[in-house]
Amino acid sequence: MTQNIVEIDKLSFGYNRKLLHKGITMSFPRGKVVAIMGGSGTGKTTLLRLIGGQFKPKAGEVRVDGQVVHKQDREGMYQLRRKMGMLFQQGALFTDLSVFDNVAFPMRELTDLPETMIRDLVLMKLNAVGLRGAHDMMPTELSGGMARRVALARAIALDPDIILYDEPFAGLDPISMAVTCDLIRTLNDALGVTSIVVTHDVEETFSFADYIYFVADGVVAAEGTPDDLRNSTLPFVHQFVHGEKDGPVPFHYAAGDYKDQLLGPDA
Amino acid sequence: MIRLLQNIGSNTIDQIWRLGAGARLFGLTLISSAESIRRPRLVTKEVYATGVLSLVIISVSAFFVGMVLALQGYHTLQKYGSSEAIGVLVALALVRELGPVVTALLFAGRAGTAITAEIGLMKATEQLSAMEMMAVSPISRVVAPRFWAGVIALPLLAALFSMIGILGGYLVAVPLIGVDEGAFWSQMQANVDWQFDIVNGVIKSVVFGVACTMIALFEGYDAPPTAEGVSRATTRTVVTSSLAVLALDFALTSFMII
Repeated sequence: MTQNIVEIDKLSFGYNRKLLHKGITMSFPRGKVVAIMGGSGTGKTTLLRLIGGQFKPKAGEVRVDGQVVHKQDREGMYQLRRKMGMLFQQGALFTDLSVFDNVAFPMRELTDLPETMIRDLVLMKLNAVGLRGAHDMMPTELSGGMARRVALARAIALDPDIILYDEPFAGLDPISMAVTCDLIRTLNDALGVTSIVVTHDVEETFSFADYIYFVADGVVAAEGTPDDLRNSTLPFVHQFVHGEKDGPVPFHYAAGDYKDQLLGPDA
Repeated sequence: MIRLLQNIGSNTIDQIWRLGAGARLFGLTLISSAESIRRPRLVTKEVYATGVLSLVIISVSAFFVGMVLALQGYHTLQKYGSSEAIGVLVALALVRELGPVVTALLFAGRAGTAITAEIGLMKATEQLSAMEMMAVSPISRVVAPRFWAGVIALPLLAALFSMIGILGGYLVAVPLIGVDEGAFWSQMQANVDWQFDIVNGVIKSVVFGVACTMIALFEGYDAPPTAEGVSRATTRTVVTSSLAVLALDFALTSFMII
């Protein structure tokens, strides 16, 4: 049993010719909450999908529990994915199923548990996220924060070893945000799982993460515990942590000369 | 000029690529069908969505198509003094051609678009990714049941279409125009052949069912996960299915008649 449950080794990936990741190395120790931070469009979510084996890396590899993800066949990939639970950005609840059936979905599809046991398990999972009372609602009736929590209950339905969170705070009000922060930490410690959180919310992340990676320009720009990073003198980290609009990350996307373009013959 | 050639080239490559991707999805659907057979409830739920919910549009159109056929047919046949053949004309037209073809066209518009939009939106809201990440194959859980539902529903709808169409034709020909009732039914019975007319019509509707459902599923599965992408995919489902049905109809008919 390796000490790191997930290891990313010199990983490169890009959708077309342009590389999004240029040799990223990260490790995720068992039982910890590790955050991956960075601006929008730096490929953080893609990184989660690479861990989940939905994309193949161009170079390098991702290892989950010692096994190289992209070298698995279909069956091996499904075995690996059963160790992971993923919380999608918008929850990705099945809109044609009720809250109860959503959480029961992985149990019904992947196990032979009797329906009475599934019922108890689902209610326990929903209770863990505080939504046992909402079990007969439809996903469309839920608020954004509630949908996210139901999705979390579904992600932990089969007791995974790793929980992947894709932007768990995006679009939540302050109360839901605090609830979600608290849930990530408590679930991590109560279930003994490893949590990988992709996010760009500085304050929340710093309050609960054990270790943080900063991704910028396709590489790991900085890493460390929240305290290390808060006191970091690296200009990029300083700009990000303090939310300054200009700095190493420019306000303007790379463009030609402004005057030339305005006065030029065609746009 | 070069640009024109480039466009033609890239569109051709694109179309061929899509054809290949569609064929691949078709193959994957067939080999992932075990789940649908093991859990028939998955399929029956979709038969309800694609078949039962299409009943109204199918029955009403069939009724009118049958009535128009009888009117037009009578108008022409009476010139030759053979207006008793009206029953045969209506029945043959419906069973051989109009039943399967019009049903398939309506099916593409009613059920095909619904399938494309549903799968496209499931993709856009990451529901399919979520299934993948749960180690549940979306092809065997989402695509295959809908495929078999379409293949089951379309022939049934086509049969119903022919039946209601004949009823509509009867109402116009006998009570309204006054064609002899006995001649209407007996000529129909004598001249509609089980193997050549009815079985061939059923074969057509099964083929159309495979084509329409697969096109709808592929367009949804392949749609870019945006509002615009899903809307364009839905349009393409109707256009491609209609053309495919008409072209396949010609091909099948030429095999069946020769």
